[in-house]
Parts: sequence; structure tokens; C-alpha cells
Amino acid sequence: MSRLCRLAFLALFVAFAASPAWAEDLAALVPGLAGDSFADKEKAIIALGKLGDPRAVPILKAMTDDRLRRGPDGRVIVILTTGGTARVTDAVTGNGLKDVSADSLDRILVNNRLRGQIEAALGSLTMFSTDRATRLAAVQDMLKHPSPDAAGPLEKALAAEQDPEIRAAMQRSLAAVHLFAGTKAKQVAAVQMLGTTTDPQIKNLLDEFRNKSDLAPELRKAAEDALHSIDNRLRLTGLAANLFQGVSLGSVLLLAAIGLAITFGVMGVINMAHGEMIMLGAYAAYVVQELFRAFLPAGWFDAYLIVAVPVAFLAAGLLGVVLERCLIRFLYGRALETLLATWGVSLILQQVVRSIFGAPNKEVSNPSWMTGGFDVVGGFTITWNRLYIIVFCFIVLGVLALILNRTNFGLNMRAVTQNRDMARAMGIRTARVDALTFGLGSGIAGMAGVALSQIGNVSPNLGTIYIVDSFLVVVFGGVGNLMGTLVGALSLGIINKFLEPLAGAVLGKIVVLAAIILFIQRRPRGLFALKGRMAEG
Amino acid sequence: MLAGSVRTGVMGGMERNSAGAARFWGARFWGGFAVCGVILVLGVPFLNLRVDPGSYFAVPDYLVPLLGKYLCYAILALSLDLIWGYAGILSLGQGAFFALGGYAMGMYLMRQIGTRGVYQNPVLPDFMVFLNYKELPWFWYGFDHFAVAALMIVLVPGVFAFIFGWLAFRSRVTGVYLSIITQAMTYALWLAFFRNDMGFGGNNGLTDFKDLLGFDLHQPATRIGLYIASAVGLGLTYLLCRYITTSKLGRVLLALRDAESRVRFLGYSVTNAKLFVFTVSAVLAGIAGALYVPQVGIINPSEFSPANSIEIAIWVSVGGRGTLLGAIIGAWLINLAKTWLTSAAPETWLFVLGALFIVSTLALPRGIVGTLSQFARPRRRSAVAAPPPAIASAANPLAIEEPVALEKRA
Repeated sequence: MSRLCRLAFLALFVAFAASPAWAEDLAALVPGLAGDSFADKEKAIIALGKLGDPRAVPILKAMTDDRLRRGPDGRVIVILTTGGTARVTDAVTGNGLKDVSADSLDRILVNNRLRGQIEAALGSLTMFSTDRATRLAAVQDMLKHPSPDAAGPLEKALAAEQDPEIRAAMQRSLAAVHLFAGTKAKQVAAVQMLGTTTDPQIKNLLDEFRNKSDLAPELRKAAEDALHSIDNRLRLTGLAANLFQGVSLGSVLLLAAIGLAITFGVMGVINMAHGEMIMLGAYAAYVVQELFRAFLPAGWFDAYLIVAVPVAFLAAGLLGVVLERCLIRFLYGRALETLLATWGVSLILQQVVRSIFGAPNKEVSNPSWMTGGFDVVGGFTITWNRLYIIVFCFIVLGVLALILNRTNFGLNMRAVTQNRDMARAMGIRTARVDALTFGLGSGIAGMAGVALSQIGNVSPNLGTIYIVDSFLVVVFGGVGNLMGTLVGALSLGIINKFLEPLAGAVLGKIVVLAAIILFIQRRPRGLFALKGRMAEG
Repeated sequence: MLAGSVRTGVMGGMERNSAGAARFWGARFWGGFAVCGVILVLGVPFLNLRVDPGSYFAVPDYLVPLLGKYLCYAILALSLDLIWGYAGILSLGQGAFFALGGYAMGMYLMRQIGTRGVYQNPVLPDFMVFLNYKELPWFWYGFDHFAVAALMIVLVPGVFAFIFGWLAFRSRVTGVYLSIITQAMTYALWLAFFRNDMGFGGNNGLTDFKDLLGFDLHQPATRIGLYIASAVGLGLTYLLCRYITTSKLGRVLLALRDAESRVRFLGYSVTNAKLFVFTVSAVLAGIAGALYVPQVGIINPSEFSPANSIEIAIWVSVGGRGTLLGAIIGAWLINLAKTWLTSAAPETWLFVLGALFIVSTLALPRGIVGTLSQFARPRRRSAVAAPPPAIASAANPLAIEEPVALEKRA
């Protein structure tokens, strides 16, 4: 026993020497955690929170997790359980205590009130952490329960903080603290400061503040103004977020529909297997990803997506050409039968993929340059993968427009579309143009699959999710018209996203479907119908 | 390339002399119909009840509802054949009308459960108690009476199809466009019925039925009764479809299938003819659904799945569209294959079904019955045989079908 005491003394001394001011306080405060009444414990917790010593963090955490014990000599002991075995350590020094059994110690009880205090104290303590994310989380956490006790540590932390984002968050949290426990001048400043933010949490705080009974009228006025400006800003960011979501959904629809706009719109072939071309593209991305994982160094992994795009294009495009040569060319002029036959193809493709890869979802991970996102304004985040898909979608559309309007193949394609017989008479090999056009449409569907693999899971029935929507986009926009497809996809995406908060996701979608059905009744040839001689066919 | 088929379609239909009608309703037809009817209606009950269960010919109890299910599918196939084979409307919403009729029947059966449910609520079905409904939604009122339910079985799909068809045909939405919007309709209904707050049991649908008109659904005798009802229903449906297709209206339908504009110019109301036949077809599909539900014991939103509706088209296509018998045979053959394969080798079924879609359109455009009758009667190419494969021109397949355009392409 005496040896142990000496050891503890030594450890205490060392700690003392290292950081005298803190060590003394920590050592003095920790035994308070083992106090007899909850009030004693609470005092100790608050004091530890104010102290700002990061070593208190594991002790407080242990306290909430019921791993804190009181030794026979009143010493506070932390039990660490690593890998199933419990290790008993002294709370203040962190040294292991070998001859103390965990079972013989008294538990230090906590109640919910204490838990709340511990959380607040942990919040102010972790503000000093060396890890940026932990600091940020701690500061943001303080906004949830701004307690007057946090003011001191916050000011201390703000003085030391370098990171601008965390500084801003700290200033907001500090303002929130001042709001409820500051002088009047500080309160006014805090209200004004908080009025410039867009955080719904701050809105709730201000709302709470406004409804306080003993509030000076000018403060109430200021709070109401601040709330008003927050509301306005929230509405704007909500609008922007909806718009972005809508454009994002629209671009996904557009990617899925561009290929269809070619096969259905330009060639007039109803390809129900179009969705499966998308699915194959997604699986191509998966296969390329796995190959990169297996055979190339980890540093190269981020490049897999760049490789996956052409691979998916070629795989789906080749399949498209084969499909056209072996099946669809026999069915030209029999649109309904083409519909049925390609549906059969889609069933077979789904089952093939299911047999090879299995029915469960496959996960295709984002390369690092596509993960995460950035905050535009508070509460409105743009994720990189969605942004890249929008960009990718417009690149595909642009390249396609170039191919159609500036290349020989595009010229032939348009000629065959407009007047097949005349084109043949002019020496265009229409059969070849048909096959290549179909391959192009399918290849684009394959690239759409790569894009879709970045925002969702890859499964054998991925295509069926998009097929009805893609057809509606093409029909809505007007068949045989890429511009119509663009406008159709974007407007459907945006309408869908704006309806979602009003009616819920499923009902919103039903409303959109019903609206399109009604729209087609009004304009059977879509938004951008071909006019004049083209329309006569 | 396509002109020949257009000629057969339009002119064949128009040139048939009126004496031909006698062939359709003559003694030979009634004789054949009676023989088949008696075999269907009485054969299975006899083999089930009177034949020794150990015998090779005996139909075990579990097979009766399965066979009854096939009869319902045959009605469903007939309803699609009526509009697709004869009027050229490939509706991909037939499965939705089937499910609507099924739900109407399911709602009646749910109300019949009464206090025998898990929660023993006399008014609210189990799923409503589970989902915290306080009272019955208004659209469930009256479904405790069979008469109301029977009316709804006819009215709900009928009115729905009438409104949808009126909107579609009035603005001359035809061909693939129509197929796509009927599919969109099916898709929308599918999504809607999956919602829990629609009041139709959401994902799980309606199930755990007890009795129908006081007869216990689990009794073999009730199952035989339902089987006979389905067989009679199939017979009546067949007669109705035959009546429609051999009437003057039937000829207008054939004509508008092959050359819609020409029929319009001749002064017929294409819209009304299509609307009529589309509505009748939806009602038939609804009745098929209503007969189907008590025999399988469940109706859930998966019946609305767009894939189901397309599958119906392949039954008709394999059997031979434009031949009523073909629709029935196609429905039976494919569902037999499905029942057998999904238990014997489940993973091959989609391959077979997919191959059927491809082969039947590529190699058997007239279907089994159409091809056989072509061999049997090579000279008398009746217009009621398979329709011409030409539906629209390649250059502009989505346009309202113009026979002129078709001939120009040839």
C-alpha cells in the first residue's frame, strides 16, 4: 500500500512539474467527482469544464459510460476495457493499478442531470483538442445547449483558434451564450450577430429568447428583426438547395434519357432494354473498380472512374450494336413488337447479371475527389459527386450535339432519320448507320450507369427504376429533339424536387406522373414537337 | 415491305361477306363451345371430387385454386387481346385494371373478416388498427355488402379506364405513345398503392381472408365453387369478346387498327369505338382480378407492377393476337411453364420468359393459333386471324398511323 502511495505521489509530482497550474487543479478537482452528493459531483464537473484541461476528457467520458469507480482511499479510478480485459487506472495520473480488482470498487453513480452537465463540460473541453473536426464538432455542439459556464472556455479557445471556420462557429456559440447570460449591450450585439446566420438551431434559440417574459422591448424588437432576416435567408437557401437538388435529379434523368432520345427519338426504336444498358454501365464501373483494387497500387484507385467511363461506353455500345444487328433490325416498323422483344432482352440481361454478380447490391465507392462537398451558405451543401454528375451530363450533351451536327456520322444519321430511302439512294449505308446510332445511344446509357453508380447502389434492377422516367422525359420533351430532352429532364427534376417537401416523395412523384399523362393528352407530340415536313415522316 | 400486310388487314376485314357471321355463330361454333365449356366447368370438379385421390387422373385439392387462377389469367388475356389484337391498342395498364378489380374484391373480403381478425375490431380491418386509423375511410363504406363490392369491381376499373381512355383517344394518342402513358399510369398506381396512408394496406396489401358470401374460403367445396365461377366467367367473357369482334363494331375496330385515319375519314368515330372497347376490356380485367383474389388469398401492390402488365402482352402474343382462342392458350401455356419452372429451376424462368418475348415477336408474329390456322386454312385468310405486323413506319413509328406512309415505305 505504501509503495502504491509513493508511486502515486511520484506520478503526481511529475505531472505537477510538467504543467503546474493545470495539474494542481485537475488533481484537486477529480476527487470531487467521487463526492457523496450529486451536488458535489456537479460542482466538480462544472469546474473541470471551466478548467479546460484536455486530460479531463477521458475521465468525464468514463463517468457517463459508468466506468468510473471510487477506490477505498477515496481515489477516483478509471476502468479501461480493451479487448475484453478490464484495466484499472488512476484517474488523475493515468497509471495502471495492478493490485486493485475492478469488482471491489464502488461505482460512481450519475443521473441525467449530471449527464447533461458532463456533456456541456466535455463540449467546452474538446474545444482545445488538436483535432480540427473534434474542435468544430464541440463548438457546434455548444450551440445546442449554450450554458453561461461555457463563456470562459469559449473566449479562451477563440483567442487561441486559427481556423477561420471554427472561429466563426465559436463566435456564433459565444453569441448564443451571451444571449442568455450577458449584459444588455452584449445581448444586443449577440442578437445582431446571430441575425446574420442561417442555422435553424440559431433560429430556435432566438425564438426561445424572444419569448422570454422579462425581455426589454428593444431587445425583443431586435430579436424579431433578426428572426425575420434569418427566415428570409433560410427561404432563399431552401430555394437554392431545392433548385440544386432539382438540377441534380434532372441531370441524372437527362443522362438516363439522352441515350433513349437517340434510339427512341431519332431512330424511333422503343428500347425497353435501355435501362439495362444503364445497369450494365454501372456494373462496368464496379468491375473496373474491383480490377483497380486488385491489380493496381492504392494510389491509382482514384483514377478508376476515368477508366470506367470509356469502358462502360464501349461495353454498352458494343452490346447495343449486337442487339441492333441481331434483333432490332428485323423489327423496324413494328414499334409495339420492338417494345416486347426489347423487354425480353431486358429480362435476360437482368438475369444474366444476377447470375454473374448475385442479386445483392454492389457498392461502387466515390473516388476521393468526388467525396464530400462544400458549404455554400449555412445549411446548403453542394456535394461533389452531384456537382460532377451535372457537369458530366452537360459535357455528354455537348459532345453529342457536336457529333450530330459537326461530324460526317452525325450528318448521315440525320439524313437517315429524315428520309431513309433518299439517304440510301445517296449512297449512305443505312444499315451501318442504324447499328452505329443504336450503339451510340446504348453507349451513352452505359456512361449514365457509371454516373448513377456514384450516387446510389448498383443492383440488377437499377435500370427498371429509370426506364419509365426516361421514357417520360423523352415523350415530355418531344421525340426526336435533344433540346426537348434537356428541357424535359431538367424541368421534371426541378418540379419533382419542389413537390417533394409539399407532398412527400412518393406522392410528389405520382403527381408528376399524372401531370405528364395529362400533358401528353394536351400535346401528344411533346413540349418541342417537330413541325412542318419533318413531322410528316 | 409492309404494303402487303396493310392490304390483308384492311381489305380482308372489309370484304368479308355478311354470311360470314353465320360461320361465327353457327352450330359448329356452339357445339365446340359447349364441349369445351362442359369439360372446363365440370371436368376439374369431377376429377377432384369423384375420382379416387390415388388415381393418376385425380386433381388434388391444392391444384383447384391454381387451375382457377389460370382461368382468371385467361380472362385477363382475352381482355388484352380484345384491345390489342383487334383495335391495336397495346395497353400496358391491363394489370392495373386487374389489380383494381382485385382490390375491390379484397376490400369486401376484408370487411367480411369482422371480429375474427387479430385485433378483433368489428369495423376496422387489422392493418387499419395497426396503422392507428380511428375510423373507416369513406371509400371503404359499403364494402361490407357484396352487391356494392360487385358494383365497384365493375365500376372502378371501368370508370378509370373511361376517363383515361377519353383523355387519350380524344387527343389521338396512339401506338407506342399510348403504351408508354398506360405504363406511366400503372407505375403511378403501383407507387400509390405502396403508400400506407392510401388506406389499402400499403406494402402488405389485403390478406387473411375468411369467407365469401358466407362460404369458408378454405373449404375445398368453396374452392370448387370459385373454380366453376371462373370457368363460367371465362366462357361468358369469350362469348362477349366474340360478339364484339364479329359485330359491325368489330370490323370498325379491325379497320382502325390497320388504318386509323382512313376509318376516321370514312365517318366513323374512332374515338368512341376505341373508348368503348377500352372500357369493356378494363371491366373484364377487373372481373378477372376479382375472381383471382379469393383463390390466391391475397392482393398486394405488386400486382400493379408494370412488369406484370407487359407479361400479359406476351401471353397474347405467344398465343396469337387477334385470335381469342390464342389469348387463352397463350395465357395457359406461359403460366403453366411459369409455375413449373419457378419451382423446378427458378433462375431459368426469366431467361425463358425473355426468350419467349424475343422469339414470339421475331419468329411467331402471328402466335401459335395464328400460325396454325394459317397452315390449316391457307386460302381463307380471315381478317380475324393475326393482325398485320406493320404497326407504324420505321421512319416515324410514333406518328398516328398513316397507311399512306406505310405504303410509301414499302
